[in-house]
Amino acid sequence: MAAAAADHAAPTIDALSQFKLEPLGFIGGAVNFTQANLLMVIGSALVLALLYYGSKPRAVVPGRLQAAAELAYDFTYNMAVEQIGPEGKRYFPFVFTLFFFVLMGNMLGLVPFSFTYTSHIAVTAALAILVIVIVTAVSLIEHGWNFFTYFFPSGAPVWLAPLIVPIEIISYLSRPVSLSIRLFANMVAGHVMFAVFAAFIVMMGSAGTFGIAAAIGPLAVNVVLMGFELLVAALQAYVFAILTCIYLHDAVHLH
Amino acid sequence: MDVAAATKLGAGIAVIALAGVGIGIGNIFSALVTSIARNPSARDQVFGLGILGFALTEAVALFALLIAFLILFT
Repeated sequence: MAAAAADHAAPTIDALSQFKLEPLGFIGGAVNFTQANLLMVIGSALVLALLYYGSKPRAVVPGRLQAAAELAYDFTYNMAVEQIGPEGKRYFPFVFTLFFFVLMGNMLGLVPFSFTYTSHIAVTAALAILVIVIVTAVSLIEHGWNFFTYFFPSGAPVWLAPLIVPIEIISYLSRPVSLSIRLFANMVAGHVMFAVFAAFIVMMGSAGTFGIAAAIGPLAVNVVLMGFELLVAALQAYVFAILTCIYLHDAVHLH
Repeated sequence: MDVAAATKLGAGIAVIALAGVGIGIGNIFSALVTSIARNPSARDQVFGLGILGFALTEAVALFALLIAFLILFT
């Protein structure tokens, strides 16, 4: 960024500084508590509050909050059971936690002046590694040494083994990579697009009366983008959760 | 060729991958529309699958876009 600014004097777009972590206050600086951590705490607290206050009334005819909590519960429960099978009940709490942690991260990031913690590869990679470690552990516990037949599908001719086994191992190991990069890239790309079009507004606004009139264009694009990003935020949380379910299905049933 | 020009060209070349993604997403939604038109009662199940395919394909586009952003802004 600095090098590009030195090369030519034209106004530049500072799109990546929005992802910078800032320790909060004196205590935050001492223990490295950044705004990302604050948003994680807020997101988790919101989900817990929804479930606590949603399940408190226990009404037969649910109120609004209880209906929302039941909807959230039912949605993830059906997802886990449909994808994993009857065993999905056991893994439902894990899927629920993952889905709502990611969803809260994506959604809270769209609030102006807040921060998207899922836009950091450190966060998404930690989640993806957690998923893959749990999937492998489940598979090893369920099937013991039979787990390793996963890398050689039954029915394949034996002489193809030198080809199939490395491919299966690579595809297994690339799961956490694609899982983490998909979420992180989606969030970064969306927020960079916001910043780029916001910079267009400022650039056009500084170009006189005609520029101010023309700046309505990028402003409209940003409004549309906000709607699109709401879709992407929900969709990526859903994709993260459903891929976790698919991996768990493979772990429980071995192909 | 100076570095600034090469940076802009590189970012442009990086997003050529979006052509393939466009074809892929078009295929997914054409298949989705066809299958719903043939069997409207399967809409609920097929729609989820279509959205999943869309998200997986779109991720490829975002990888390319991310590379372009990294070239442009860092």
